[in-house]
Amino acid sequence: MTAAAIADRPMAGTDMGAEKLAASRNETGNAPMASVGTSVATQEAAQVDSTPVETSSGRGGEWLRAIGRAVFPPVLGLALLIGLWHVATINGGGIPSPGKTWDAAVILFSDPFYQEGPNDQGIGWNVLASLERVAIGFGIAAAVGIPAGFMIGRFAVLSQMLNPIISLLRPVSPLAWLPIGLLVFQRADPAATWTIFICSIWPMILNTAQGVTRVPQDYLNVARVLNLSEWKIFTKILFPAVLPYMLTGIRLSIGTAWLVIVAAEMLTGGVGIGFWVWDEWNNLKVEHIIIAIFVIGIVGLILEQMLMLIARRFTYEDR
Amino acid sequence: MAKKVVQIENVGQSFDTKKGKYVALRDVSLDIHEGESIALIGHSGCGKSTLLNLIAGLTLPSSGVMLCEGREIAGPGPERAVVFQNHSLLPWLTCFDNVYLAVERVFSAKEGKAKLKQRTHEALDLVGLTHAEAKYPHEISGGMKQRVGIARALSMQPRILLLDEPFGALDALTRANLQDELMKILAATRATMVMVTHDVDEAVLLSDRVVMLTNGPAATIGEILTVNIERPRDRLALAHDAHFGECRAEIMEFLYHKQLKRAA
Repeated sequence: MTAAAIADRPMAGTDMGAEKLAASRNETGNAPMASVGTSVATQEAAQVDSTPVETSSGRGGEWLRAIGRAVFPPVLGLALLIGLWHVATINGGGIPSPGKTWDAAVILFSDPFYQEGPNDQGIGWNVLASLERVAIGFGIAAAVGIPAGFMIGRFAVLSQMLNPIISLLRPVSPLAWLPIGLLVFQRADPAATWTIFICSIWPMILNTAQGVTRVPQDYLNVARVLNLSEWKIFTKILFPAVLPYMLTGIRLSIGTAWLVIVAAEMLTGGVGIGFWVWDEWNNLKVEHIIIAIFVIGIVGLILEQMLMLIARRFTYEDR
Repeated sequence: MAKKVVQIENVGQSFDTKKGKYVALRDVSLDIHEGESIALIGHSGCGKSTLLNLIAGLTLPSSGVMLCEGREIAGPGPERAVVFQNHSLLPWLTCFDNVYLAVERVFSAKEGKAKLKQRTHEALDLVGLTHAEAKYPHEISGGMKQRVGIARALSMQPRILLLDEPFGALDALTRANLQDELMKILAATRATMVMVTHDVDEAVLLSDRVVMLTNGPAATIGEILTVNIERPRDRLALAHDAHFGECRAEIMEFLYHKQLKRAA
């Protein structure tokens, strides 16, 4: 951008035609291409005045501002929540204040892995115990549900056979299955795992089956023209095509499983974050319950984000 | 006369729909000779692609006989390679792996891995894509994807190459480029080709015979035009060629006069 160009720049917004001309000239300079508009034009003029060095530092500022824009609203929301919480508990009552909860959390997390008997263990052990149950129940559900989903998606007869059953059972709260688990396994721990199994299996079956039916016909035509073997069709076409759907099913399953484990453990007892919440309720340590709510939320968030990352890795169309 | 690669005798194709039987093709008879390039042209919905799918073996005829090298076509096979309109590359495989999948299927019984890889390299080299071997389909342009599709088809060393509106989704310049390249490849490999198109220029430029289909339902071959233009053909020179103009006019006459579709 030359000085002449700045000099003959008309007053912003007065002459639209000349404005466009100026904007088009700007394309050769450092300033971003501007559309016609008063505010944009003034901003642009400010950038034109700056030397290239300042422009690059301006870009750094832009970057900082972008981070600020991304971070500021969530932080504000969180601060608002804690503020409200503080105001609500300022006059005492059953709910502990944020400060009191924080103090309790500091004590709690200073030693998360202590062990004093089966009913008194650190919060770390409790979270790990819950995660273990979820992992086992979910693992078995995946081992059964994903192949079942492939079969249902591939063979219409199976789908017609099983769809009414799945539709009937899917809306049932998994906790309703807990007594059956207790009856069959005679112990609380496998019964909780069984509940997780039941709640995780439906999304995996349904999503996998849907993925199989949605494999583009083109890909299957390629398989037919190339005369690929069933194994090649599965490994090179079916599995990669279904993978994104499968991962959606897995993500939904993990989410539900993490929701359900808390409730299941409240009923079955033992070690686990759900049981811990109930135990702390019996001890009337409400601040610990609030801490547990945060812990459960954060663990759920981490599980979800991990699976989102994996899913993004295996999504081909949008890359 | 050269050897017949594909023979189509009195072939008809009908589909069962909710409204009853729909006859797509009837009484189609056509011999495709070795080294010949044939264009199938007609209005959309006239059954061009149906006929190509029949040759490919993706669908089987309701009546009549289809032979490839004297044997009945009972299903798809690597001796009849198809280039699909929308390239149909597998998005999770690189260009190399997409072609390798085909090569491996056809030649792995007799040849070692090194030879298979060499074949794959050669096929991609033929379409000028050696530099893009390691790329994924979403990383390359539409024209390049279609070239990979052609490379995949050629890599199988098919007896006949079937192209289903291969350049339909491309812009005019890319299309012209690919048509020229296809002509060179056909000349170099002496491959037999059947191509579905609705582009009159493309049909005349690329083929030895243009098979014109009447409007569906119950479409059949209306006319067959023989294009007597020496190869190699040059699209610029042909623009002023009298015979090229005649061929064009004849196809246009068929499409827009004899078979004019009533506005749907």
